[in-house]
Amino acid sequence: MNEFIFFLNKVIISGATLGSVYALGAVGVTLIFGILRFAHFAHGDMMTLGAFISFMLVGIFQSLGIQTPLPTGFIVLPFAMAITAGLALGIDKGFYEPLRAKGVKTVTLLIASIGVTLMLQGLIRLFAGTATRSFFENESKDLFRFKLPIEGVRSINISEPQILVIVTTIITVLVLHFFLTRSRIGKGMRAMADNPSLAQVSGINTASVVRATWIIAGSLAAMAGTMLALDVILKPDLAFNIVLPIFAAAVVGGLGHSYGAIAGGFLIGFAETMSVFNWSIMFRGFDNLPDWFPKDLSLVPTEYKLTVAFIILVVVLLVRPQGIFKGASS
Amino acid sequence: MIRRDAILFAGLGVLVLALANWFSVPYTLQILVNAFAYALIALGLNVQWGYAGLFNFGVMGFLMVGGASVTFVSYPLNDAFWSSDGPFMLFKALLAAIAGGALIWGVTRMPKKGNLAKLRGFLLVIAWAVAYVVYRSQIDPAARLIEAEADFVGGLGLPAIFGWVFGGIMAGIIAYIIGKICLGLRTDYLAIATIGVSEIIRALIKNMDWLTRGTLTVSPVPWPTPLPADISASGVASPDMAILLARSGFLAVVMLLVGIIFFFLQRAYEGPWGRMMRAIRDNHIAAGSIGKNVTKRELEIFVLGAVLMGVGGAILTSYVQLLDPSGYQPINHTFIVWVMIIVGGAGNNYGALFGGIFIYIVWTISEPASVILFSFISDMSDGVGIGAIPDIESRALQMRVFVLGMVITLALRYAPQGMIPERVRTQEG
Amino acid sequence: MSLLDVKDVHGGYGGAPILNGVNMSIEREDIGVIVGPNGAGKSTTLKAIFGLLEVTGGSITLDGHEVANQLPDKLVPLGLSFVPQEFNVFTEMTVHENLEMGAYIREDDFSATLDYVYEMFPPLKDKRKQKAGELSGGQRQMVAMGRALMSQPKLLLLDEPSAGLSPRYMMEIFETVVNVNKSGVGILMVEQNARQALEFASKGFVLAGGKNRYTGTGRQLLDDPEVAQSFLGG
Repeated sequence: MNEFIFFLNKVIISGATLGSVYALGAVGVTLIFGILRFAHFAHGDMMTLGAFISFMLVGIFQSLGIQTPLPTGFIVLPFAMAITAGLALGIDKGFYEPLRAKGVKTVTLLIASIGVTLMLQGLIRLFAGTATRSFFENESKDLFRFKLPIEGVRSINISEPQILVIVTTIITVLVLHFFLTRSRIGKGMRAMADNPSLAQVSGINTASVVRATWIIAGSLAAMAGTMLALDVILKPDLAFNIVLPIFAAAVVGGLGHSYGAIAGGFLIGFAETMSVFNWSIMFRGFDNLPDWFPKDLSLVPTEYKLTVAFIILVVVLLVRPQGIFKGASS
Repeated sequence: MIRRDAILFAGLGVLVLALANWFSVPYTLQILVNAFAYALIALGLNVQWGYAGLFNFGVMGFLMVGGASVTFVSYPLNDAFWSSDGPFMLFKALLAAIAGGALIWGVTRMPKKGNLAKLRGFLLVIAWAVAYVVYRSQIDPAARLIEAEADFVGGLGLPAIFGWVFGGIMAGIIAYIIGKICLGLRTDYLAIATIGVSEIIRALIKNMDWLTRGTLTVSPVPWPTPLPADISASGVASPDMAILLARSGFLAVVMLLVGIIFFFLQRAYEGPWGRMMRAIRDNHIAAGSIGKNVTKRELEIFVLGAVLMGVGGAILTSYVQLLDPSGYQPINHTFIVWVMIIVGGAGNNYGALFGGIFIYIVWTISEPASVILFSFISDMSDGVGIGAIPDIESRALQMRVFVLGMVITLALRYAPQGMIPERVRTQEG
Repeated sequence: MSLLDVKDVHGGYGGAPILNGVNMSIEREDIGVIVGPNGAGKSTTLKAIFGLLEVTGGSITLDGHEVANQLPDKLVPLGLSFVPQEFNVFTEMTVHENLEMGAYIREDDFSATLDYVYEMFPPLKDKRKQKAGELSGGQRQMVAMGRALMSQPKLLLLDEPSAGLSPRYMMEIFETVVNVNKSGVGILMVEQNARQALEFASKGFVLAGGKNRYTGTGRQLLDDPEVAQSFLGG
């Protein structure tokens, strides 16, 4: 029983948390790819930007003396999302739209997104420095322990940010689903991702669809970045390292497919936690294990956690480049 | 080369002289060594992207391979390793790897169609799993033993030049494997895949302590030319003079190498081979339909570009005499190279050469330039009572990342062909 | 003043001229059919009218509005609709959603139009929840035309609606075209199956080399021995 709860804490809860963050990021990447047809490499830095905006807002809130039952970083989220969405629109206007207007190949937009990455990274560090920060400098990070009604069994541990991440992601996914299937602009986005020239022929205002895409991608990036910073720590290269698992999630789900990206995010999240989990712990309950039975049964050493995403990515690219969920969902 | 290009290169020369005047001559020599190494790397990327349109976002991986290779070849022998059980255990791990590889290879030879096709996929997964477990069962104890008894495997004690060559070869071999797997992918996927592979290479080199010492770093990696200390020992009294001579020697070797490689690249580019590559780049399908083996040619060129990157990476590591896997960052080692060829002019070797040297210099001087700028602003803001800018030094370091991003976005918008653009010859020869 | 007036239109892609003086006029009760050899500029004419290609000379008016070089999102509200020859449905979206996309520019309640389209294409009603990509070629063509009708156009441009369909489906599509026309929508279509299409055309245009060679009613063109010999395969 102890072993199972250990597994639950180490694999299921942290996998779901990580998967939530990946899913939120991957949806943004996949929407941008679907509408604008390029891999937006600056997405990780947009997440970091969102997290820093949240952090600044928390500072403002606390200096105003506003006390909240939930972490302030979570309360300021709507404002941070709105600001980041505005900045995302500005970035598009300043850097991508002029290139699109010139009719460049999409690969040029990809390279431009690297330029944007560098500028964002430079600016964030220029203003915020390179130090790591915590959202919980003036607040406590609550940890919930759920005792099972069995004697001598360890508790299920889940932190407040983890609960918030998972719950918020579920709500966001539902909202996004209704947006894409019910609202006019949401359907317009799907139409444009499906068949851009027919969308144009149908009289769909492509410029407004592009704007909606940046607003959603930007606000989801702020959400994912802030959640990640709440769960772990806030640092300038917070999201740069996870932009690759996010791309892996988007590719695994089939670039351009929102539901695939969500599933891909959780798949990559669980794959990462499961592959570094020491499976020999699960056998500790058995008393008479032979001596040769290995003490460490993790699939990969912890240092290689990030490479798990890439290996999945490369395998998917080779075996099913259209993504593993294509056909199962739209 | 036309007159405009000559003027640009002359301008670059003037810039270098100004640097020598502003900083010191030895420091300028150091910038130049690195700039030429980057120029070589930029030539490599130009071969891949400019000639053949292959999107490689994994430049950093090849530079790390080059750096680790030169360290392995030219670092002195580690007697503790060779007298331990380490070599034998590594040999066993090698056998395990070969056996695993053979198993996987055997399964891939199974028929892809027919009754066994479903089984084939399943067996392939099993084969990979078995190979992985067998290899891990051999390499893990070997790694533990080496790290405990001998720190790491050490080097082969060979001259640095061999290390540079070996760096190129290793990068080429790895590029061959990556290319075999990934080159069929379309651009965006290739970008994501290569960046992923370079991250895997980084994780390996950073964590294989038994081979590379990982984050503990290896130094001093020897130079191919006499070090300042050697020159002092041979009777040059002034230490400044010794540094000047030593760096000049290193720079001469690097420039000679870049010059030779440039000459051959340019010959190849203007010849039938280069024409064929451009044809493939500009029209994949048409080139394929007239019987060119597109995939094979692309693989060739991917490997060639990676070899140049490997050599460049080896030179960089040699020069600083230190292999520090944590020092490798995509910004400094992948994206900057992209900025070089976009600004210089993709598809033109002169452009890559110019871009490599120019952008490296811009990158280097934008830090002190930012310090001056910030100090100026700081004095002003202090003067009007807003207060001085804190931590000017560390902030200025970040400015250059911003400058790099700005340069590339401006270049894409206003000079998408680069400063020395590709020139399509309408006539033969 | 006709519903659509195309006067001496010149145009092409990136400087290469394809249209060298096309003239046609269509009324709301007309079915206009454009025929001609390959490369005559038939589809190009439709694209020029729909703003998908640069018009370098001449004029195109719709209900008196000059519309040359206007983008589709301006043209659709004016009452123009276009069904491309290929890739003319949103494959990942349901039939119903495809039709909704046709009504994208409309702010009013379009349920009546929806009923009208389902009445026009009865098979679609049963498949409304199915993805358009899963339908047969003929049904896709129905979805494509239905989508175009959802904006309540005055004039419908059809680019080879029968391409790739079996003769049975072709006749079915042609019948629908006539029915759509009867419901008050002008039609201008390009057709490879020239004889069958000219049978019901009130206006026929034979294009060659990017300009009109013959113009008349469908019947006149069919009966003209010269047209029959050169353009209708004897």
